[in-house]
Amino acid sequence: MALPAETNPEFADYAHPERLVSTDWLAQHLGEPGLVVVESDEDVLLYDTGHIPGAVKIDWHLDLNDSITRDYVDGAGFAALMARAGIDRDSTVVIYGDRNNWWAAYAMWVFTLFGHPDVRLLDGGRAKWLAEGRDSTTDVPEPAVANYPVVERSDEEVRAFKDDVVAHLGKPLIDVRSPAEYTGERTHMPEYPEEGALRGGHIPGAKSVPWARAAAEDGTFKRRPDLEAIYQQEQGLSPDDEVIAYCRIGERSSHTWFVLHHLLGFDRVRNYDGSWTEWGNAVRVPIVKGAEPGSVARD
Amino acid sequence: MTDAATADLPPALAEIVDDFAALSVRDRLQLLLDFSRELPDLPSRIAEHPELLEPVPECQSPLFLITEIDSGEPDPDVHLYFSAPPEAPTTRGFAGILHEGLDGLPASTVLAVPDDLSHRLGLAEAVSPLRLNGMAAMLFRVKRQVRAKLAAD
Repeated sequence: MALPAETNPEFADYAHPERLVSTDWLAQHLGEPGLVVVESDEDVLLYDTGHIPGAVKIDWHLDLNDSITRDYVDGAGFAALMARAGIDRDSTVVIYGDRNNWWAAYAMWVFTLFGHPDVRLLDGGRAKWLAEGRDSTTDVPEPAVANYPVVERSDEEVRAFKDDVVAHLGKPLIDVRSPAEYTGERTHMPEYPEEGALRGGHIPGAKSVPWARAAAEDGTFKRRPDLEAIYQQEQGLSPDDEVIAYCRIGERSSHTWFVLHHLLGFDRVRNYDGSWTEWGNAVRVPIVKGAEPGSVARD
Repeated sequence: MTDAATADLPPALAEIVDDFAALSVRDRLQLLLDFSRELPDLPSRIAEHPELLEPVPECQSPLFLITEIDSGEPDPDVHLYFSAPPEAPTTRGFAGILHEGLDGLPASTVLAVPDDLSHRLGLAEAVSPLRLNGMAAMLFRVKRQVRAKLAAD
């Protein structure tokens, strides 16, 4: 049983305001049947230092990824994870996390691959909740095992693979990494490997829009007019465009996927989770170095 | 397996690596959390002079460290001090391992610790490669400071 969407004038402009909840809303609804709160962090120990009362942890390494293949869990794996977390197919899932909800957005994107109907982000994430002095606990809940159906993952709509990106060249691409990663001049310590990519630079034609531009100072999402100013007026994108976003492994670009799709109403946005750790290592894929998007000659 | 993984480590570090190896991956994270809690606070003489600490930007969260060596000895003991906020538990955990494993050992022993230490804890499945690089960077900077201080002593 899902909870009604938050009615919040702050969110009213967004294309899909029902995908966001405020800390106020969450505080009021904690503990209600049908609601499961999920914490998903980059720092995998953070949950254990204190979390929103009743929240369960979903770990991106150990829970969402397949342990052998570079891929996500399959339908049976996801169903088992949901069952452990006490999530039913009709539960309202609110996800929050550290680092302005990068990993929360990533987890939400994985939930989307399985078509979970009602999954929302906590605006401002973990930092905002704690900054407001709201309750936290180190008690780990032991939810009753839920009965989640095995739903096969559907990658077509929101996930792009390398071949999809090759076929997409010439259409809008957004590189959400830092400017230094985009230009290919990444700094790194002597004697330390760059973070697993043999080549630096970006995918031809990709525009550089670091993910954090969509976040306000307090980690909440910027309001719609400010987001439109960045993605539509400045970058010239249109909600009708087919867009692929990428970063290093697909986590920061999940944040941008959320912004474009749920907040700005772009219907055809895919996240390329292979991202630079695949493209920057792939043989004979085109790469552009420097600050200009560049282009690729097409047949 | 553990022999090969620990034969070239000083005893305290060898014990830590063995402890990690004996656990499931999820329990290894709990052990890392224990180390993060056990990381001692900076002594006030250092805490009052944060400019003395070296930042380790390779860590994904703020971490600062300083090493000291006892003066006037051929192979002086090394003392390690780390600073990381409580909201950076993984970084604190790695610092805690280095502190427990290396603090008070002779400089020659610290310098001989293999650079791949961070890969011997069985955490590759559970934390990101960037995090493991962060721990490697801490060890690298500890050794670099020890070398510089030995040269200056």
